[in-house]
Formats: sequence, C-alpha cells, structure tokens
Amino acid sequence: MAASMESEVKTAPHESQSPPLPARDPSRSFQDMILTLHDFWAANGCVILQPYDMRMGAGTFHTATTLRALGPEPWNAAFVQPCRRPTDGRYGENPNRLQHYYQYQVILKPSPSDIQELYLKSLAAIGIDPLKHDIRFVEDDWESPTLGAWGLGWEVWCDGMEVTQFTYFQQMGGFDCKPVAGELTYGLERLAMYIQGVDSVYDLAFNQHGVSYGDVFLENEKQMSKWNFEVAETDALFDLFTKAEAECRNALAHDVPIAAYEQAVEASHIFNLLQARGVISVQERASYMGRVRDLARGSCEKYAELKAPEWAEKYPEWSLI
Amino acid sequence: MADFLLELRCEEIPARMQKGARGELEKLFRREMDGAGVAAGDLTIWSSPRRLALIARGLPLETEAVREEAKGPPLGAPDQAVDGFCRKNGVDRDSLEVREVKGREVYFAVIEKPGQSVADLLANAIPAIIRDFSWPKSMRWGDASISNESLKWVRPMSGLIALLDGEIVPCAADGFESGRTTVGHRFHSAGEITIANADEYESKLRDAHVIVDHEVRAGIIREGARKAAKAAGLTVVEDEGLVIENAGLTEWPVPLLGRFEDVFLDVPPETIQLTARVNQKYFVCEQRAPDGTTSLANAFICTANIAADDPAVVVDGNRKVLAARLADARFFWELDQKKTLAEHAKGLERITFHEKLGTVADKVDRVAKLARWLCEEGIVTADLQDWNSSENLPDLAEQAARLCKADLVTEMVGEFPELQGLMGGYYAAKEGLPVLVSDAIRDHYKPVGQGDDVPTAPVTVAVSLADKLDTLFGFFAIGERPTGSKDPFALRRAALGVLHVLGNNNLRLPLVRSFKVSSLAWIEMATRIARNDIRYRLREEDLDFGNVDGLRLRIIDQDLEFAPTNFVHEFTRLFRLWDYSERGSALDFFADRLKVQQREAGVRHDLIDAVFALGGEDDLVRLLARVKALQAFIETDDGANLLAGYKRASNILKKEKWEAPEDPSGKDLDGKSLSYTPETSEKALIDALLQAAPKAEAAVSEERFKDAMAALSTLRGPIDAFFEDVTVNDDDPAKREARLNLLARFTSAVGNVADFSKIEG
Repeated sequence: MAASMESEVKTAPHESQSPPLPARDPSRSFQDMILTLHDFWAANGCVILQPYDMRMGAGTFHTATTLRALGPEPWNAAFVQPCRRPTDGRYGENPNRLQHYYQYQVILKPSPSDIQELYLKSLAAIGIDPLKHDIRFVEDDWESPTLGAWGLGWEVWCDGMEVTQFTYFQQMGGFDCKPVAGELTYGLERLAMYIQGVDSVYDLAFNQHGVSYGDVFLENEKQMSKWNFEVAETDALFDLFTKAEAECRNALAHDVPIAAYEQAVEASHIFNLLQARGVISVQERASYMGRVRDLARGSCEKYAELKAPEWAEKYPEWSLI
Repeated sequence: MADFLLELRCEEIPARMQKGARGELEKLFRREMDGAGVAAGDLTIWSSPRRLALIARGLPLETEAVREEAKGPPLGAPDQAVDGFCRKNGVDRDSLEVREVKGREVYFAVIEKPGQSVADLLANAIPAIIRDFSWPKSMRWGDASISNESLKWVRPMSGLIALLDGEIVPCAADGFESGRTTVGHRFHSAGEITIANADEYESKLRDAHVIVDHEVRAGIIREGARKAAKAAGLTVVEDEGLVIENAGLTEWPVPLLGRFEDVFLDVPPETIQLTARVNQKYFVCEQRAPDGTTSLANAFICTANIAADDPAVVVDGNRKVLAARLADARFFWELDQKKTLAEHAKGLERITFHEKLGTVADKVDRVAKLARWLCEEGIVTADLQDWNSSENLPDLAEQAARLCKADLVTEMVGEFPELQGLMGGYYAAKEGLPVLVSDAIRDHYKPVGQGDDVPTAPVTVAVSLADKLDTLFGFFAIGERPTGSKDPFALRRAALGVLHVLGNNNLRLPLVRSFKVSSLAWIEMATRIARNDIRYRLREEDLDFGNVDGLRLRIIDQDLEFAPTNFVHEFTRLFRLWDYSERGSALDFFADRLKVQQREAGVRHDLIDAVFALGGEDDLVRLLARVKALQAFIETDDGANLLAGYKRASNILKKEKWEAPEDPSGKDLDGKSLSYTPETSEKALIDALLQAAPKAEAAVSEERFKDAMAALSTLRGPIDAFFEDVTVNDDDPAKREARLNLLARFTSAVGNVADFSKIEG
C-alpha cells in the first residue's frame, strides 16, 4: 500500500502540470538521440552522469572514466561529455569539423560478456537497423601516453563510417586495470548526421521544434575558433599552465589526487590552446606533453595508491600490481 | 578412426592477425598430438572474424598400448638402490624380473602402458593450446580480469566446440565449457546452432550465413569485385592484400560498387587509391579510353558483411564517407600547391632528422653535395640513359636533391606518409620543374624493398645514392650501427638499396672516397652552424684521414678567429661528433650486405670472402665481377682440381712450417739455378708458373678477371701431374727445399687472384 501511495504522489504533478511527454524520435532530433541513449543505458544499470564541469579534449578525461577505471570496484556509468579540440576549429565553415562537440561515453566495469550485444541494441534503439546498415568491428587499439593508458578494441563502422570507439582498457595511470573496463565512445554528431541524413552538422535538427544544431552552436564555433586561433592571450596561457602544474603538485603533496587530476586536465587543455595559437615549437611540444603526462599519471598513481589498502581489504583477490 | 572438430569463438579478431592465428593453431595442435604420440595427419584450418576452426581427419580413438622395459641395478644391490629404481618406474618390487646380462643377474622393470583414449588426450590438449596460444597483442577482460592470472586472448572469448567422432570432448577455458553449439552470422542468424559432427560444420554455418572457409570468402570477394566492375564497364584494380583483409573482416562478404563525384579525379590517382584502400578498405576501378589508355574511374567497391535489405543504402553511406575523405585529399592537394617546393623545403629546418645528425634541412644539404660530387666525378654519368637534356647533370642532381624531401612538410604527406616522394614529384611537375628533376624527387627512395624498381635515370640515380649513403655514413659516424636484429634506422635496407642501384647500373663507386665527401659535407655544416656567413667548399684533399684534427684547427685558425668562443666550442663538438674512423666499419657493412644479397642471387659467400681477404677493394662492382669470375672458374673441373691442388700445397707447406722465399717470383724460378735436373713434371710446373703467374697478375690489374682465371686454369694439369709424379719430401735436402719453394710460388701465384684458403670444398 505504501509503495503505491508513493508512486501516486510522484506522478500526480506531471499529469496535472506538463503536457504529455512526446514519443522520442532519435531519427529527427539530436537531443532525442541523447535521451534515448540515456534511457537505454539507465535501463541497463548505468549511473547517468552529467558532463564534467571542466574543459577537456575527450570523454576519457572524465574522472568517471579515468579514475573509476582504477581499482576493483564495479562501475557502470553513461554521460555526455562536451569535448574541446581548439585546433579542429574551422570558424563554422567546415561541415564536419568542430572545436566543440559531444561524445557519449559508457563505461562498464568489469566488461560484461554481452557488451557487444548491448552496444548493438543501443544502436537499434537510436534507429540503426543492422540488416539495413553494414555494422562492422574493425581493429583499432587505443593508447593515451598522457594518461599512461592503453586498451584493445575496435572502431565500429556503420556503412564505412566510424561511429564509435570501443575499447577494453588494459592499463590506466600505468596500472593494469583489474578488472578490465569496457569503454564505448559514440561520436554523437556523426551518428546524428547519419541517422538524420544531413551533410552538414549545422543542419542537424537539435529538437523536434525547429531548432537546428547551427542555431545552437554556429555562432559559438565562429567566436571560439577566432579566440582559439587569434585572440587568446598567450602570456596568460603560459602563466595558467605553470600555475596548474604547480597546483597539481601542491594537491598531490596533500594527498588529494582528485583535485590534482583536475589541474592536470586543466593543464592539458591550456596546452591545446597554446598549440592552436601556434606558439609552441616542434621541439617544445614534446616537453610540454611530457609535463602534462607527468601530472596526469602522477594523479592517477596517487589515487590508486591512496585507495589501494581499502580496495585490497574489500577484494582479497585483488592487488594493485 | 574419427574426425575431430575444434572451434574457438571470440569477439572480432583483427583481420591482419588471422593468418598467423591459423598457423599458431596448427603448430600447437601438432605439438600436442606429437607429444601424445598421435598422428595428427591432415588438418583443415579456417578463420573468420569471430572464430578459429580446426578439423583433424582420421584420428585414432585410442593410442596403442606400449610395453617398455627398464634395466635396473644388479641382483644384490643395496635395498635403497632397488627401491629407488622401483619408485622411478612406478612398479612394485615384487613385479621386477631378473635377467642375465653379460653373465650378471640384473633387475628389470616391465612397464605396460595401456592405450589411452584420444578424447582424454584432447581434453588435456585443448586448454594447453589456448593457454600457450601466442597473439601479436592480447588482452584480459571481464570478471576474471580482477586477478593477475586471468586468461589472455586477442579479444574476449565467447565459447568453444570440441567434438571427436561427434562426441563432446569435455574441457573448459576461461569458464567456457566445451559443447556442440555455435552461433551464426551476427545479424542474419539468431540463436544457437547445434553441430552434430565435423562433417556438417561448414554447411551448417553456411546455412547460418557464415562462410567459415577464409579462402572461399576471399574468392567471393575477388570474383565479386571483378564482376561488379565488369558490370559497370570497368576493371577492378587487383589488390590481393585488400582481398584478404576484407575476407578477414566479413563472415558473409558482399562486394558492392559505388560511384563518387568526378571532380575528385583531379587529385593524383594514388591519393584516391590510398584513401580508399587504407582508410576504407575499398577497391578502386579503372576505365579504358577508346585509345587504349587506362585511368582511374570514379568508382569504388566496398565489401559489406550483410546481404542488405537495400544494398543502395549501404553503398550510399559508404559513398558519403569516401566523399568526405576525398574532399580532404583535394583540399590538401590544392593547399600544398600554394607554395613552391623550395618554399616547403624551408620547413625542413624545423624537423629533426636525428638528434645528433641535425635537421632534415641539414641532411638535404649533405645529400645535395654528395649528389653533385657523384656527377662531377663521373661516377654517375649522363650516358646511363639517353640524355636529351641541355642542362648540366651535376646542377640537375643538386637541384633535385635540394627539393627531394620538401614534400615531407606538405599536408598530403602529413596525412599519408606513404606518399612521400610521389607527392614531391607531382608538385614539382605542377610547378614546371624539369621532368628529370621531378622524376628524381618521385623515385629517389627507390629501391625500397625486394623487387622494387631500381632507378636508372642519371639524376634519380645520383639523388637515390646520395640520400642512402648520407644516411648510412651519418649513422655509422655517430656510432649507431645496426646490432643483431636491431636496425632502427633501416641501414641494412639503405645499403642493399645502394648495392642494387650500383649493380643494376654497373656503376663504380669508391666507397671510402664517398665517405670522405660525406664527412666534408658534415664539417661544412658544423662550420656553418658556428659562423652563418661562411659557405665552405671543402675539397677531398683538405681532409687527411691520418690527421683529421689538422683540418679542424685550420678552420678555427683561418675562419673562426673572431667567432665567439662558444661558437668555436660548438664547432669543435660537432666536428668531433662524426667519427671519421668509422669508414672501415661502413665498408665492412657493405661487404656483409653484399654477401647477403649475393647469397640470395646464388653467389657463394666464401668466394666473396676470398676476394675481400685480399684487401684494398672498395669498389663493389669490381669486387663482384671478380667473385663471379671466380665462381664460374671454381665450378669447372679445372677450377675444382686447382683448388684441390692449392689446398694440398698449402697443407704441405703448413705441415712443414715452410716459410715462403721472400721473393717468390725470384730468378731461380726458371729452374736454371737448380742444383739438380728437375723431373719432367717438376719442370712442367715451373714452366707453367712462369707463363701463368705474370699473365694472371696483368689480367687482374686490368680487371680482366676471366682471363686471370683462364691463366690459372693452365696450372691445373701441371699441379696434378706434379703431385702424381714428384716426391716433395725428397731425402736430398736441396731437392726438398726447391720443391717446397716451388709450391710456395704456386700458392702465391694463385693467391694473387683470390685467397683460395677462404674457399670451401
């Protein structure tokens, strides 16, 4: 009795105040595609997270991926992550390239034995029928020296187009992943362009009420491309890089590796901005990359080492190394 | 007799690993069967993206019983020894037999090994095969990966079938129990498929839209692509590597032809082909014009893994992806042409060639100097090929060399590194540079591997040689020689390339002088770095390998007198970074490569040693001519017998510890000064040597190696007769001395042509 009372209380406001929820149509709305993926992965036990509130180059940088890939605890999460790639900016003039776009990340740890089937069902949910479209798993291994990470997997092709990066993490922060996590990274704009049948990202229908992707992001792409390539004050950026580096070390010294990791993410993005401004020479590039790597790996290592005793107690069969 | 079926299923195996995996499966299965004493017989091994399968036909159901006997200690040996013997053989003391061996009574253990069930053997063998299977890259997955001991495989495993004579061989791997069910095509087949026995495996899978035989799939793709092209009035550009790769990516291959927009055909066909092949795994097609010329058509063939409801949908999706890629290629092609190659070449100053050897721009400068020198010295000459150019060969060679690496900083080569050279050639032609120059830029990396075209056009030959020599000499000079299997800078390939270019064009390259010219280019670079306003032109005589430092001091005294101290220090550091004494090891390295190369061409390495041992030969063409003449001779009757005679003579001299007379061609050779009358055969050898020795010597110095061999061949009869008729170790010490001297002269005359002691046989 109590349970049914509760559900009545919860559903009542919806019925009285909102219009009935429309059926989702991932083939005609970018946001419906995202919401459908959320529904799908939520139904399969994932925590649906919101984007990390920092600028980053890939969903993999989200702590829900990197730090949670460490250690023995099960972890299933899905989220959209806005990605910033300053050098990919084209002032809104290229139909395929953006300096800001969305990735859909799913992380499943340990990797379930039916992970491929789950993934294919998620494609079906957003309208890709594998008897109409040629879906293929083509070898593509992944490596991020910055994160001390690598994995094996595939790029998933849909009629020859790469729509997803599918990776079994083998190492993160220099440690073996025990157990291994499966990571799915959907390229949302690409998938949507395919499903909606448009040739320019800006022509995508963002919702079913006439708002396009261009309405939402075109001006943003123009201004941000200009800032990334022409305007950003480089002295200030160099300064920010140095400060992030110092703060990362400060956080590490005080055993708060999550905070340290955030500074590594910050330094990584500042470095990307400096690259876009063209002020880092070929020789310097390797050295900056090395500095970012030291911060990111250092943070992952500290996190793993800090948590290791707790993990080992809970999971006797597990060991850090 | 029974048939055995093994199927190992997993998630998609990378296409490039499937061939190796089939070999590995066969190797391990044979290892296990051999170890168990079972004849594995003929094996059928198949692979697809999602499975590896093995069928062994005619396996026995049981191994044969074996009776073994072991000899033990004699009767009356201490108990300890007898008990130990029993333990070792797993028998009771009571069951020992006593037999007489050579008059002694000895214990024997008789061990009866009953026949074993092959099913049991297989049940043990399968987990061992899976455990020991070696993949180029393997991974852990799933719940089990929490522990360090979890199984590794190329991708997560999903199940296995093991059937002997239709019965399940019970075993397990990674938590999967062996069974008789499998799965069909990922999308065209639902649920499980039950396999009764090995015979129906292939057909049952085919019913489930899986063609398990990789060769059948390859055939479908090969033929299907041809047919699709033909139906469109085109021919497919055959690419067997692509056929196999697509066979490794599909279980139900369906080749489909699509078209792309004509406008993309403006970019070089190689870029279209490469984009299509590397990024998308598509075949491209050619069309034939009425005049018979062929050109790339605006068509591609993709290989789908489904029998699609509407193939046009699949084709259209693929067309869009290709169009986006081709749009990128066209963008690069147009962007790159906004600068000249000379302008692009300035960008090479920003690319490090090697930490110690400077930038690519530095390298290009050395290559340009070496290329010019090769032409000025007449090592590479215009008459290699019909020379219609009014231009001067050294100038053209230098021009081509200075531009040959410029395409490395173009967008197109940045995207497709394998187009290096080719794109430079296209851009040079578009710019209107002489054809000889654009061809040289295009082809100077050649020959890249076995069977690659070897340049013959003089400008190309000069740049190709100079580039490879600079790389070789440079890395040797900084101590980066290849060791064992490690050859990170591909110096073996560079040396082989040089040998091919020299050999095919019959060029005479003095290697030590080339090394010197490379060294001079290095010193000029070091000087330029210390003092930018100076452009040195060093000549060969400026550098004395016996007093290298003399040149350094002279440059400092003459030209760096007013340069800041740290510049002078930098000059000295760079000057000394180059180890001038490495020329010897570079030369040896060439000799070794020559041996390897010539061994493949059927030339005996011992003969190369025999010629090399004479020393003083750094002209590889001359050396090879000599080796070949020697080989032709050694393979004749005369040659073989002369070699035998030489060996016999050397052995006698060695045994007698005989020191050859100081002047083996001395005056008493004519026999007139002998204190005794020589025997007929002795006199004949003396006379033959008198004739042959000077002839051979003259022929060698004039590089008439066949004539030298012919001269030697006249010694064969006399030396044979000499050994037949004459006693060397005569009781008369005078005769003995004269005859040993005669043999010493004989070996010396023969040894002037080649060191016969190095020759085997």
